[in-house]
Amino acid sequence: MSMINYASREINCKLVYYGPGLGGKTTNLEYVYQKVAPTSRGKMISLATETERTLFFDFLPVDLGTIRGFKTRFHLYTVPGQVYYNASRKLILKGVDGVVFVADSQIERMEANIEAMQNLYDNLAEHGYDLTRLPFVVQYNKRDLPNAAPLAELQQTLNPGWPVEEAARQRLSPDPLHPGEFLVWQADGQWFERAPYYEAVALTGEGVFDTLKAVSKIVLKSLG
Amino acid sequence: MSGASSWSLGEREAHRIHEILRGLLRESGARSALLVDRAGQLVAQTGEAPTFDPTAFASLTAADFSANDQLARMLGEQEFGALFHQGERESMYLADVARRVILVVLFDNRTTLGLVKLRVRGTVGTLAEVFTSMFASGAEPPRMADGFVGEAEDEIDRLFGK
Repeated sequence: MSMINYASREINCKLVYYGPGLGGKTTNLEYVYQKVAPTSRGKMISLATETERTLFFDFLPVDLGTIRGFKTRFHLYTVPGQVYYNASRKLILKGVDGVVFVADSQIERMEANIEAMQNLYDNLAEHGYDLTRLPFVVQYNKRDLPNAAPLAELQQTLNPGWPVEEAARQRLSPDPLHPGEFLVWQADGQWFERAPYYEAVALTGEGVFDTLKAVSKIVLKSLG
Repeated sequence: MSGASSWSLGEREAHRIHEILRGLLRESGARSALLVDRAGQLVAQTGEAPTFDPTAFASLTAADFSANDQLARMLGEQEFGALFHQGERESMYLADVARRVILVVLFDNRTTLGLVKLRVRGTVGTLAEVFTSMFASGAEPPRMADGFVGEAEDEIDRLFGK
Protein backbone atom coordinates (compact mmCIF):
# COMPACT_ATOMS: atom_id res chain seq x y z
CA MET A 1 0.00 0.00 0.00
CA SER A 2 2.27 2.73 -1.22
CA MET A 3 1.38 6.18 -0.04
CA ILE A 4 1.55 9.13 -2.41
CA ASN A 5 1.56 12.38 -0.48
CA TYR A 6 0.77 15.17 -2.95
CA ALA A 7 1.16 17.80 -0.25
CA SER A 8 4.73 16.95 0.73
CA ARG A 9 5.35 15.40 -2.73
CA GLU A 10 6.54 12.07 -1.40
CA ILE A 11 6.04 8.45 -2.40
CA ASN A 12 6.79 5.72 0.11
CA CYS A 13 6.80 2.03 -0.80
CA LYS A 14 7.09 -0.86 1.64
CA LEU A 15 9.21 -3.90 0.74
CA VAL A 16 9.26 -6.93 3.02
CA TYR A 17 11.96 -9.63 3.13
CA TYR A 18 10.35 -12.89 4.19
CA GLY A 19 11.67 -16.43 4.69
CA PRO A 20 12.79 -19.10 7.14
CA GLY A 21 14.86 -18.33 10.24
CA LEU A 22 18.61 -17.85 9.71
CA GLY A 23 18.07 -17.64 5.96
CA GLY A 24 19.82 -14.29 5.48
CA LYS A 25 17.05 -11.65 5.47
CA THR A 26 18.80 -9.37 7.95
CA THR A 27 22.11 -9.97 6.15
CA ASN A 28 20.52 -8.66 2.94
CA LEU A 29 19.52 -5.44 4.69
CA GLU A 30 22.88 -5.07 6.40
CA TYR A 31 24.65 -5.31 3.05
CA VAL A 32 22.35 -2.67 1.52
CA TYR A 33 22.98 -0.47 4.56
CA GLN A 34 26.77 -0.78 4.15
CA LYS A 35 26.85 -0.16 0.43
CA VAL A 36 24.30 2.59 -0.15
CA ALA A 37 25.71 6.09 0.38
CA PRO A 38 24.73 7.45 3.82
CA THR A 39 23.03 10.39 2.10
CA SER A 40 20.64 7.96 0.41
CA ARG A 41 19.60 5.90 3.38
CA GLY A 42 18.36 6.35 6.90
CA LYS A 43 19.27 4.62 10.12
CA MET A 44 18.84 0.86 10.27
CA ILE A 45 16.65 -0.22 13.14
CA SER A 46 16.78 -3.78 14.44
CA LEU A 47 14.44 -5.11 17.06
CA ALA A 48 16.42 -8.23 17.88
CA THR A 49 16.95 -10.64 20.77
CA GLU A 50 20.21 -10.81 22.71
CA THR A 51 21.38 -13.54 20.35
CA GLU A 52 20.73 -11.26 17.38
CA ARG A 53 17.70 -13.15 16.13
CA THR A 54 15.15 -10.72 14.72
CA LEU A 55 12.41 -10.38 17.32
CA PHE A 56 10.03 -8.04 15.54
CA PHE A 57 11.64 -6.57 12.44
CA ASP A 58 14.59 -4.77 10.90
CA PHE A 59 13.88 -1.52 9.14
CA LEU A 60 15.92 0.46 6.62
CA PRO A 61 14.64 3.44 4.60
CA VAL A 62 16.38 3.98 1.24
CA ASP A 63 15.96 7.20 -0.73
CA LEU A 64 15.77 7.08 -4.51
CA GLY A 65 15.92 10.85 -4.78
CA THR A 66 13.39 13.15 -6.44
CA ILE A 67 11.65 11.72 -9.49
CA ARG A 68 9.29 13.95 -11.48
CA GLY A 69 8.98 16.17 -8.45
CA PHE A 70 8.30 13.36 -5.99
CA LYS A 71 10.71 12.31 -3.26
CA THR A 72 10.66 8.54 -3.70
CA ARG A 73 11.60 6.25 -0.86
CA PHE A 74 11.62 2.53 -0.19
CA HIS A 75 11.07 1.20 3.31
CA LEU A 76 12.81 -2.15 3.64
CA TYR A 77 11.59 -4.49 6.36
CA THR A 78 12.53 -8.02 7.42
CA VAL A 79 10.33 -10.30 9.47
CA PRO A 80 11.46 -12.71 12.19
CA GLY A 81 11.92 -16.12 10.59
CA GLN A 82 11.47 -18.36 13.60
CA VAL A 83 8.15 -20.22 13.47
CA TYR A 84 7.00 -19.03 16.90
CA TYR A 85 7.14 -15.35 15.96
CA ASN A 86 4.20 -15.57 13.59
CA ALA A 87 2.15 -12.89 15.31
CA SER A 88 4.89 -10.28 14.72
CA ARG A 89 5.50 -11.55 11.21
CA LYS A 90 1.91 -11.02 10.21
CA LEU A 91 1.90 -7.43 11.49
CA ILE A 92 4.82 -6.41 9.28
CA LEU A 93 2.96 -7.46 6.12
CA LYS A 94 0.33 -4.80 6.71
CA GLY A 95 0.40 -2.44 3.74
CA VAL A 96 3.20 -4.27 1.90
CA ASP A 97 3.96 -3.22 -1.70
CA GLY A 98 6.48 -5.89 -2.64
CA VAL A 99 7.86 -9.13 -1.20
CA VAL A 100 11.28 -10.79 -1.42
CA PHE A 101 11.27 -14.40 -0.29
CA VAL A 102 14.78 -15.26 0.93
CA ALA A 103 15.12 -19.03 0.72
CA ASP A 104 17.95 -20.92 2.41
CA SER A 105 19.49 -23.09 -0.34
CA GLN A 106 20.80 -25.73 2.06
CA ILE A 107 19.13 -29.04 1.36
CA GLU A 108 18.45 -29.54 5.09
CA ARG A 109 16.40 -26.32 5.13
CA MET A 110 13.98 -27.36 2.39
CA GLU A 111 11.17 -28.11 4.84
CA ALA A 112 11.68 -24.78 6.60
CA ASN A 113 11.53 -23.01 3.22
CA ILE A 114 8.28 -24.72 2.28
CA GLU A 115 6.75 -23.91 5.64
CA ALA A 116 7.79 -20.24 5.39
CA MET A 117 6.39 -19.93 1.84
CA GLN A 118 3.07 -21.39 2.92
CA ASN A 119 3.09 -19.09 5.94
CA LEU A 120 3.71 -16.07 3.69
CA TYR A 121 0.77 -16.99 1.50
CA ASP A 122 -1.51 -17.53 4.51
CA ASN A 123 -0.49 -14.36 6.33
CA LEU A 124 -0.99 -12.24 3.21
CA ALA A 125 -4.40 -13.82 2.68
CA GLU A 126 -5.37 -12.84 6.21
CA HIS A 127 -4.69 -9.22 5.25
CA GLY A 128 -6.74 -9.73 2.09
CA TYR A 129 -3.71 -9.74 -0.25
CA ASP A 130 -2.95 -12.34 -2.91
CA LEU A 131 0.73 -13.22 -3.31
CA THR A 132 0.26 -13.91 -7.03
CA ARG A 133 -0.96 -10.32 -7.55
CA LEU A 134 1.80 -8.60 -5.58
CA PRO A 135 5.27 -7.64 -6.81
CA PHE A 136 7.18 -10.72 -5.69
CA VAL A 137 10.68 -12.12 -6.26
CA VAL A 138 12.47 -15.16 -4.85
CA GLN A 139 16.09 -15.13 -3.74
CA TYR A 140 17.99 -18.41 -3.29
CA ASN A 141 20.59 -17.50 -0.72
CA LYS A 142 23.75 -19.33 0.42
CA ARG A 143 24.52 -20.60 -3.08
CA ASP A 144 28.20 -20.92 -2.09
CA LEU A 145 27.59 -23.71 0.43
CA PRO A 146 28.52 -27.28 -0.54
CA ASN A 147 25.16 -28.59 0.68
CA ALA A 148 23.13 -26.16 -1.47
CA ALA A 149 20.30 -27.91 -3.30
CA PRO A 150 20.24 -27.70 -7.11
CA LEU A 151 18.38 -24.67 -8.44
CA ALA A 152 15.95 -26.77 -10.48
CA GLU A 153 14.90 -28.59 -7.33
CA LEU A 154 14.40 -25.35 -5.39
CA GLN A 155 12.39 -23.85 -8.23
CA GLN A 156 10.24 -26.94 -8.53
CA THR A 157 9.50 -26.93 -4.82
CA LEU A 158 9.23 -23.25 -3.94
CA ASN A 159 8.43 -21.43 -7.16
CA PRO A 160 6.67 -23.91 -9.46
CA GLY A 161 4.24 -21.31 -10.84
CA TRP A 162 0.58 -20.53 -10.42
CA PRO A 163 -2.26 -20.71 -12.99
CA VAL A 164 -2.98 -17.51 -14.92
CA GLU A 165 -6.65 -17.03 -15.70
CA GLU A 166 -6.58 -13.41 -16.92
CA ALA A 167 -6.43 -13.36 -20.73
CA ALA A 168 -4.37 -10.15 -20.76
CA ARG A 169 -1.56 -11.86 -18.85
CA GLN A 170 -1.55 -15.02 -20.96
CA ARG A 171 1.46 -14.12 -23.11
CA LEU A 172 4.66 -16.10 -23.40
CA SER A 173 7.27 -14.19 -21.42
CA PRO A 174 10.90 -15.37 -21.38
CA ASP A 175 12.92 -14.99 -18.19
CA PRO A 176 15.55 -12.42 -19.21
CA LEU A 177 18.03 -13.70 -16.63
CA HIS A 178 17.75 -17.40 -17.36
CA PRO A 179 17.88 -18.25 -21.08
CA GLY A 180 15.49 -21.03 -22.04
CA GLU A 181 13.25 -20.39 -19.01
CA PHE A 182 9.98 -18.49 -18.84
CA LEU A 183 8.13 -16.28 -16.35
CA VAL A 184 4.81 -16.86 -18.13
CA TRP A 185 4.29 -19.99 -20.22
CA GLN A 186 1.70 -22.47 -21.40
CA ALA A 187 1.60 -26.20 -20.66
CA ASP A 188 -1.19 -28.65 -21.45
CA GLY A 189 -3.53 -25.84 -22.44
CA GLN A 190 -3.06 -23.98 -19.13
CA TRP A 191 -1.07 -20.75 -18.62
CA PHE A 192 1.31 -20.42 -15.70
CA GLU A 193 3.34 -17.63 -14.16
CA ARG A 194 6.11 -17.64 -11.62
CA ALA A 195 8.16 -15.13 -9.69
CA PRO A 196 11.55 -13.96 -11.01
CA TYR A 197 14.35 -15.60 -9.04
CA TYR A 198 17.92 -14.67 -8.11
CA GLU A 199 20.88 -16.57 -6.72
CA ALA A 200 22.68 -14.93 -3.84
CA VAL A 201 25.39 -15.09 -1.22
CA ALA A 202 24.11 -12.33 1.04
CA LEU A 203 27.21 -12.41 3.28
CA THR A 204 29.43 -11.26 0.40
CA GLY A 205 26.65 -9.21 -1.21
CA GLU A 206 26.36 -11.36 -4.31
CA GLY A 207 22.85 -11.07 -5.73
CA VAL A 208 21.65 -8.69 -3.00
CA PHE A 209 21.27 -5.62 -5.21
CA ASP A 210 20.00 -7.63 -8.19
CA THR A 211 17.16 -8.83 -5.99
CA LEU A 212 16.41 -5.39 -4.59
CA LYS A 213 16.54 -3.78 -8.03
CA ALA A 214 14.13 -6.35 -9.42
CA VAL A 215 11.49 -6.02 -6.74
CA SER A 216 11.68 -2.22 -6.56
CA LYS A 217 11.25 -1.90 -10.33
CA ILE A 218 8.18 -4.12 -10.29
CA VAL A 219 6.72 -2.06 -7.43
CA LEU A 220 7.28 1.24 -9.26
CA LYS A 221 5.80 -0.17 -12.47
CA SER A 222 2.63 -0.94 -10.56
CA LEU A 223 2.35 2.81 -9.80
CA GLY A 224 2.91 4.00 -13.36
CA MET B 1 -8.64 -10.65 -2.86
CA SER B 2 -5.97 -8.61 -4.56
CA GLY B 3 -2.61 -6.96 -4.16
CA ALA B 4 -2.31 -4.10 -1.71
CA SER B 5 -3.78 -0.85 -3.02
CA SER B 6 -2.13 2.54 -2.95
CA TRP B 7 -3.61 5.62 -1.42
CA SER B 8 -2.83 9.26 -1.82
CA LEU B 9 -3.09 12.43 0.18
CA GLY B 10 -4.12 15.54 -1.75
CA GLU B 11 -3.06 19.10 -0.93
CA ARG B 12 -6.56 20.08 0.19
CA GLU B 13 -6.84 17.20 2.66
CA ALA B 14 -3.29 17.80 3.88
CA HIS B 15 -4.10 21.44 4.53
CA ARG B 16 -7.24 20.47 6.46
CA ILE B 17 -5.32 17.87 8.49
CA HIS B 18 -2.61 20.37 9.46
CA GLU B 19 -5.27 22.84 10.51
CA ILE B 20 -6.87 20.23 12.78
CA LEU B 21 -3.50 19.24 14.27
CA ARG B 22 -2.55 22.86 14.93
CA GLY B 23 -5.86 23.31 16.73
CA LEU B 24 -5.10 20.27 18.86
CA LEU B 25 -1.66 21.60 19.84
CA ARG B 26 -3.09 24.99 20.71
CA GLU B 27 -5.82 23.57 22.93
CA SER B 28 -3.78 20.83 24.60
CA GLY B 29 -0.45 22.55 25.14
CA ALA B 30 1.34 19.57 23.54
CA ARG B 31 4.61 20.06 21.66
CA SER B 32 4.13 18.12 18.50
CA ALA B 33 1.57 15.95 16.69
CA LEU B 34 2.24 13.34 14.02
CA LEU B 35 -0.01 11.20 11.86
CA VAL B 36 1.30 7.81 10.82
CA ASP B 37 -0.47 5.30 8.60
CA ARG B 38 -0.91 1.68 9.67
CA ALA B 39 1.85 0.57 7.33
CA GLY B 40 4.35 2.78 9.18
CA GLN B 41 4.56 5.79 6.90
CA LEU B 42 4.55 9.36 8.12
CA VAL B 43 1.51 11.23 6.80
CA ALA B 44 1.80 14.61 8.53
CA GLN B 45 3.68 16.42 11.30
CA THR B 46 2.83 19.67 13.05
CA GLY B 47 4.36 21.62 15.92
CA GLU B 48 7.96 21.65 17.12
CA ALA B 49 10.25 19.97 14.60
CA PRO B 50 11.27 16.56 15.95
CA THR B 51 14.87 16.05 16.98
CA PHE B 52 14.65 12.36 16.06
CA ASP B 53 14.44 10.55 12.70
CA PRO B 54 10.72 10.83 11.82
CA THR B 55 10.83 7.95 9.32
CA ALA B 56 12.12 5.49 11.90
CA PHE B 57 9.74 6.95 14.48
CA ALA B 58 6.77 6.31 12.16
CA SER B 59 7.67 2.68 11.48
CA LEU B 60 8.12 1.98 15.19
CA THR B 61 4.83 3.72 16.02
CA ALA B 62 2.88 1.52 13.60
CA ALA B 63 4.59 -1.60 14.97
CA ASP B 64 3.88 -0.51 18.55
CA PHE B 65 0.22 0.07 17.79
CA SER B 66 -0.17 -3.18 15.84
CA ALA B 67 1.46 -5.22 18.60
CA ASN B 68 -0.84 -3.65 21.16
CA ASP B 69 -3.85 -4.39 18.96
CA GLN B 70 -2.95 -8.06 19.11
CA LEU B 71 -2.49 -7.89 22.88
CA ALA B 72 -5.96 -6.34 23.14
CA ARG B 73 -7.48 -9.21 21.19
CA MET B 74 -5.81 -11.71 23.51
CA LEU B 75 -7.61 -9.98 26.36
CA GLY B 76 -10.91 -10.20 24.51
CA GLU B 77 -10.91 -6.53 23.51
CA GLN B 78 -11.45 -5.49 19.90
CA GLU B 79 -8.57 -3.02 20.18
CA PHE B 80 -6.85 -0.55 22.46
CA GLY B 81 -8.12 2.69 20.98
CA ALA B 82 -5.33 4.67 22.66
CA LEU B 83 -1.91 4.09 24.22
CA PHE B 84 0.12 6.15 26.63
CA HIS B 85 3.90 6.01 27.10
CA GLN B 86 5.17 7.95 30.06
CA GLY B 87 8.69 9.29 30.32
CA GLU B 88 10.38 11.39 32.98
CA ARG B 89 10.09 14.56 30.93
CA GLU B 90 8.64 13.57 27.57
CA SER B 91 5.54 11.47 27.08
CA MET B 92 3.52 10.31 24.15
CA TYR B 93 -0.14 9.59 23.64
CA LEU B 94 -1.29 7.56 20.64
CA ALA B 95 -4.82 7.19 19.34
CA ASP B 96 -6.41 5.29 16.50
CA VAL B 97 -8.16 7.27 13.77
CA ALA B 98 -10.78 5.35 11.76
CA ARG B 99 -8.59 2.21 11.75
CA ARG B 100 -6.51 3.92 9.06
CA VAL B 101 -3.98 6.13 10.76
CA ILE B 102 -2.51 6.73 14.19
CA LEU B 103 -2.39 10.12 15.85
CA VAL B 104 0.73 10.59 17.98
CA VAL B 105 0.92 13.50 20.41
CA LEU B 106 4.23 14.37 22.08
CA PHE B 107 4.06 16.46 25.23
CA ASP B 108 6.07 17.41 28.29
CA ASN B 109 5.28 18.62 31.79
CA ARG B 110 3.95 21.97 30.56
CA THR B 111 0.60 20.20 30.15
CA THR B 112 -1.17 17.19 31.63
CA LEU B 113 -2.20 13.78 30.38
CA GLY B 114 -5.81 14.56 31.24
CA LEU B 115 -5.93 17.63 29.02
CA VAL B 116 -4.14 15.86 26.16
CA LYS B 117 -6.56 12.92 26.36
CA LEU B 118 -9.55 15.21 26.39
CA ARG B 119 -8.43 17.21 23.35
CA VAL B 120 -7.31 14.12 21.46
CA ARG B 121 -10.75 12.59 21.84
CA GLY B 122 -12.36 15.50 19.97
CA THR B 123 -9.61 15.65 17.37
CA VAL B 124 -9.87 11.93 16.58
CA GLY B 125 -13.54 12.40 15.67
CA THR B 126 -12.79 15.31 13.32
CA LEU B 127 -9.84 13.53 11.70
CA ALA B 128 -11.89 10.36 11.28
CA GLU B 129 -14.43 12.31 9.22
CA VAL B 130 -11.66 13.64 6.95
CA PHE B 131 -10.09 10.21 6.42
CA THR B 132 -13.38 8.35 6.03
CA SER B 133 -14.58 10.70 3.29
CA MET B 134 -11.12 10.70 1.69
CA PHE B 135 -11.03 6.91 1.42
CA ALA B 136 -14.67 6.75 0.35
CA SER B 137 -14.12 9.17 -2.53
CA GLY B 138 -10.67 7.93 -3.54
CA ALA B 139 -11.85 4.76 -5.28
CA GLU B 140 -9.46 5.27 -8.19
CA PRO B 141 -5.90 4.22 -7.35
CA PRO B 142 -3.43 7.06 -7.86
CA ARG B 143 -1.30 6.95 -11.02
CA MET B 144 1.99 8.68 -11.59
CA ALA B 145 2.76 10.97 -14.53
CA ASP B 146 4.07 9.56 -17.80
CA GLY B 147 7.79 9.06 -17.68
CA PHE B 148 7.85 8.49 -13.93
CA VAL B 149 8.53 4.75 -14.19
CA GLY B 150 11.34 5.18 -16.73
CA GLU B 151 13.07 7.82 -14.62
CA ALA B 152 12.56 5.78 -11.45
CA GLU B 153 14.17 2.75 -13.10
CA ASP B 154 17.20 4.84 -14.06
CA GLU B 155 17.51 6.02 -10.46
CA ILE B 156 17.29 2.44 -9.20
CA ASP B 157 20.10 1.42 -11.56
CA ARG B 158 22.19 4.39 -10.44
CA LEU B 159 21.67 3.81 -6.71
CA PHE B 160 21.76 0.01 -6.61
CA GLY B 161 24.36 -0.48 -9.38
CA LYS B 162 23.95 -1.57 -12.98
